[in-house]
Amino acid sequence: MGSLSHALQRLVAGDPELWGITFLSLRVSGEALLIASLLGVPLGAFLGLKRFFGRRLVIAFIYTGMGLPPVVVGLLVYLLLSRSGPLGFLGWLFTPRAMVLAQTLICFPVIVGLTMAAVLAVDPALRLQLRALGATAWQSAWALVREARTGIVVALVAGFGSIISEVGAVMLVGGNIRGSTRVLTTAIVLETRQGRFDTALALGLVLLAIAFAINGAVLALQGRSVER
Amino acid sequence: MSPGGEEAFRLEGVRKRYGPREVLRIDQLTIRSGEIFGLVGPSGAGKSTLLRLLNFLEPPTAGRILYRGQPLDGRISPDLLRRITTVFQRPLLLSGSVAYNVAFGLRLRGRRNVTPAVQAALQRVGLWELARTPVHTLSGGEAQRVALARALVLEPDVLLLDEPTANLDPYHVGRIEEIVREENRARGTTVVWVTHNVFQARRVAHRVGLLLSGELVEVSETSRFFEQPMDPRSAAFVRGEMAY
Repeated sequence: MGSLSHALQRLVAGDPELWGITFLSLRVSGEALLIASLLGVPLGAFLGLKRFFGRRLVIAFIYTGMGLPPVVVGLLVYLLLSRSGPLGFLGWLFTPRAMVLAQTLICFPVIVGLTMAAVLAVDPALRLQLRALGATAWQSAWALVREARTGIVVALVAGFGSIISEVGAVMLVGGNIRGSTRVLTTAIVLETRQGRFDTALALGLVLLAIAFAINGAVLALQGRSVER
Repeated sequence: MSPGGEEAFRLEGVRKRYGPREVLRIDQLTIRSGEIFGLVGPSGAGKSTLLRLLNFLEPPTAGRILYRGQPLDGRISPDLLRRITTVFQRPLLLSGSVAYNVAFGLRLRGRRNVTPAVQAALQRVGLWELARTPVHTLSGGEAQRVALARALVLEPDVLLLDEPTANLDPYHVGRIEEIVREENRARGTTVVWVTHNVFQARRVAHRVGLLLSGELVEVSETSRFFEQPMDPRSAAFVRGEMAY
């Protein structure tokens, strides 16, 4: 326990390496979440609002994607970005960009699937009511998405949760290079393997604190949206 | 006597089918401008389907519906269509405050400075003091009055009511009937009021139509419908003897 308090002291004192790892974790997962949200929320809303030929097939792919093991995504991205792969010319392998790409692919189906579910959960009778009030198709779609906003925020949180705590893909495509691609999860694995349980535990606490802060913010947001 | 002579709606040979099932079959029906038309009938008679057709929320399978002489189809002007609105059995409010809900239809129409209109509508339904209240805290009766205010604030020419008082206590039933009658008197709003409650139809309607299994059995002035019904099925419905 003495070692744990030593590790915590390093965090509090602003140890540049520990904070660098934390910052990189947030940056990689934050960028991946941003990209996946910009693409995934509109697609999820579209799937929830529209009926079209082939929709069920698209949904089947999305659901499969939601359960895809991160390490498999990591492997695919690795093959894609490796020197002999189709995107090898980009030179992204073992850089944060490769990690962002892998995490985007992991959280994209989660965001699409949960956004779609949130939109589908809105009372279908509300569509008729909106049209009866004179809403155009776009106004109606926007109002329905607005009604689903709490569920959409939950989708974003679930998407972020699926990547901030993920280790397989970032390990494969990032390589856990010190000062370059080392993030909280890969650092925890390394520290544990080297028997430095105190540091591993301190990093784990940081990860838990991030998750707690995000969930707390979401709960506060939900409370405000109910009152509005 | 029913007010107005002009027709708001005219239905000609209207049929509505869902798959193989025909749920509505109306050869001819005229709803006059400025009247309260009570549409009665048991559950599943096609009353709500007819209202959806009148608001052009669904097209008929066959036949045509004229609104103010214009065919109610895809070519109708959106502005004319926006003169018609529906209040459903459930209030179907959007999450947010009472005022947000009442202002919603006005904002859809690009209206700015909606507060005076929202205030007037809420005062009419006696809920101005709850303007900032989140709708999820309202009682069923209050929520339905908000839904009514949301429709009235649009100053519609036609107000379609789909059993709006079905789940309410007698006090709120009375309030809503009073507000709608006042709206009809003051602005000449055409009202089509769907109800399975014959007593309500007798209280509020100028004319009454009975719908049974998708077919319009009789349309008469209210007093005649209740005192001298022409069709034996109307007589049985009025006496509460109809088994359905």
